[in-house]
Amino acid sequence: MRLNLRPAIAIVALLSLAACATTSADNTADEGPVPFASTYTPRPSTPTLIRNATVFDGNGAELSNADVLMRDGHIVAVGQNLSAEGATVIDGTGKFVTPGIIDAHSHLGVYPSPSIDATSDGNELTSPNTAEVWAEHSVWPQDPGFLRAVAGGITTLHVLPGSGNLFGGRGVTLRPVLGATTVQEMKFPGAPQSLKMACGENPARVYGSRNSSPATGMGDVAGYRQAFANAARYAARMEAAENGQGEPPDRDLEMETLAGVINGDIILQWHCYRADEMANAIQVAHEFHFQIAAFHHAVEAYKITDMLREENICAAMWADWWGFKLEAYDGIRENIAFVDASGGCAIVHSDSEVGIQRLNQEAAKAMADGRRAGIEITRAQAWTWLSRNPARALRIDQETGTLEPGRRADVVIWSADPLSSYAVAERVFIDGAVMYERGAQRDPPSDFELGQTYSRGRAQ
Amino acid sequence: MRTLAALLLAAAIATPAAAETILINNGRVVTNGAGGVIENGDVLIVDGRIAMVGANIAAPRGARVIEANGNYVTPGAFAAMSEVGLSEISGSGAPNDADIEGELISAAADAGQAFNPNVTAIPVTRIEGVTRAAIAPSASSTIFDGRGALVSMSGEADSVFRTRAFMVVELGESGANRTGGSRAALWPAFEAALRDAREYPARYRSGQGGAVLNEIDAQALQPFARGQGVFLVHLESAADIRRLIRFKRANPSLRFVVHGGAEAWQVADELASSGIPVILDPLVNLPDHFERLSARLDNAALLNRAGVRFAIAPGPGSVDAHQARLVLQLAGNAVANGLPWDVAFAAVSRGPAEIFGVSNLGRLERNYLADVVIWDGDPLQVTSAPTAVFIEGVEQSLTSRQTQLRDRYNPRNRRR
Repeated sequence: MRLNLRPAIAIVALLSLAACATTSADNTADEGPVPFASTYTPRPSTPTLIRNATVFDGNGAELSNADVLMRDGHIVAVGQNLSAEGATVIDGTGKFVTPGIIDAHSHLGVYPSPSIDATSDGNELTSPNTAEVWAEHSVWPQDPGFLRAVAGGITTLHVLPGSGNLFGGRGVTLRPVLGATTVQEMKFPGAPQSLKMACGENPARVYGSRNSSPATGMGDVAGYRQAFANAARYAARMEAAENGQGEPPDRDLEMETLAGVINGDIILQWHCYRADEMANAIQVAHEFHFQIAAFHHAVEAYKITDMLREENICAAMWADWWGFKLEAYDGIRENIAFVDASGGCAIVHSDSEVGIQRLNQEAAKAMADGRRAGIEITRAQAWTWLSRNPARALRIDQETGTLEPGRRADVVIWSADPLSSYAVAERVFIDGAVMYERGAQRDPPSDFELGQTYSRGRAQ
Repeated sequence: MRTLAALLLAAAIATPAAAETILINNGRVVTNGAGGVIENGDVLIVDGRIAMVGANIAAPRGARVIEANGNYVTPGAFAAMSEVGLSEISGSGAPNDADIEGELISAAADAGQAFNPNVTAIPVTRIEGVTRAAIAPSASSTIFDGRGALVSMSGEADSVFRTRAFMVVELGESGANRTGGSRAALWPAFEAALRDAREYPARYRSGQGGAVLNEIDAQALQPFARGQGVFLVHLESAADIRRLIRFKRANPSLRFVVHGGAEAWQVADELASSGIPVILDPLVNLPDHFERLSARLDNAALLNRAGVRFAIAPGPGSVDAHQARLVLQLAGNAVANGLPWDVAFAAVSRGPAEIFGVSNLGRLERNYLADVVIWDGDPLQVTSAPTAVFIEGVEQSLTSRQTQLRDRYNPRNRRR
């Protein structure tokens, strides 16, 4: 079933998703091709059998002396004494195998290296509501950060607009495909887009300083509510027109995005630090009948763990960032562990081109600090914060995030226990194909880096 | 659970603030000195100093004996660059003494005058094994950020143990941005400032005034311009490092430390023979600025191989007031990228002390100040934490505002 999902069905799923969006957006009969569709294709792979490794399955189980078999881009089996004729066999003795890390919050591509005026491309700070913009249209595939992220075990990342606006725009789920020349080549097939929203200090600071709304927390919430009220009317008129009642409204890209959230086609990723502001955000979601997929940063998630669990909202968090502004003042090292221990969906995210390279260490810190606070956490359970749970928040959990048979073969071989400072990713597979191999020079640096002393140094 | 936590808290508060005689028994003692690592080693602390380190030390009468059970016992970590104590909250428009705007005061800025030992970041930092830090302000419009200080994480009134310990100067991209956007103007501006300082007070009393510095800044800069203090220089690129090495050759009395040095690996041999040490960030591996297009993760390992003296701390763009505790994670990542463990640990303890000329910190050797940490694991592992922290022989509370929030919201403590 899951094997069937791709590639054929995945494309169908994408088309139907897009079709759904277009019917709700514009009922003119002849649409062109789906705009900005994924052109991602897995790299060539050979059947691969990793033998005798310690395996975290991504669902919370650890298997000792286990084998992992991948074929045609998918996980075939995880177990003992597997065999596969013709497969490339990798000795995993002493090594650890995990699902690839999924970063639910990245700005790679939209704030690429080098950081200069021309590349500050992630915040359309021209209006508090820019729901019409898409992060993918700012992604620079040459960002050298993609290579560094893969080397840290990243196989999927969700690239979001910044948090300067109430509605920052649409986010996109990408594969860190080295050598891609277009963002379409990187788009995760069938993955829904997100809407990035932001609570708190950032929008109020940006627009308050211009003497326009929102200047305050109350301005923030009023801005959300008015926009969703407008979008609900837009969606209703659109639906009525589809049922033959009245004319559809003029196409409005901003409304399309918000209506997509209300319809459930677009998932909501909401930057929100404080417990009280997350509670307010949940009230907005109730008022306009939509689901919040995840709160991002969620520095005070540990104060409202029950509420988050009951609302089925994930929390994407740092292990220990705090203090850089008032809304981050109550950060504690046990935030992730407490959300997890309360039955919630805990995610370790980076929001950083540096942090994305070692999210495993951030999970390790959160696990160790949680244990010291009396929470029992196995290391395999901690790995769910890095793969299964972010896959859920991005609605790609039927595709990746665990090593269940049929899932995409997004797999990392680590030199040692990855919940450690010393482990490095030795091999990273995306759809069963080697995307990164430590020490190998076959993945060239991005075009930007060619000819620079960095690449000359690497070649030596 | 609550009762236990309360008892532990009470015990922590009851810890005497005076230095006592303490024998730490049976640890894996990292001396950072000639003794190397002593398995099953003991450390005797008397009057705030290390009295003896070795195997099978007998407990003096009245000594408190702490069993280390084979765990790591190390010198306290020393954050070679931080803004800890310069703000409670760095953003949100809250007061932040690390940021200096305008040109009223530049070289004369004095971090020691701004340090507040009562900020909550200090317990947050010390309970993770960091007992000392170098702090400096950061200017936005002149190439001198001001004078840094060396501070203890004890939270006591006398935490600043050296003021005006170094002069921070921008001689890379950000320095160029403050001199009209070009290095072509930066170096002449720096040299003019040095001349103003050397000719202080004469040229100011004569009414001539400074070429680029006001009188106050010239006065502050003078000892550094005469080689009596160290310049902590922010630069990253190989080309900028070479410029500094040439300048040092022409001005041998001046003392420099590079902070940044992302491309230092490209000029490692020249750096080694210049004697200029580097404070580097082992996580810097992105070409995020044009001055560090060639940053790479094994910078520390390559410098070590070439014999360059170095310490590990966040890079110039990453220094903050709240995460000085992460220096140990930085060092662990240097190990993951080829640096030997003992060199990496020294780079966040002994190395910073040596770079700043502090002769009684950074080692577990006789007469060194007793900044000592007992760990529950390898201190360079992110999963490890201290079980006891001593600063000058005084056991520190392991409570912070964060642990209090933790205990208030811990689902284990929740009443059903």
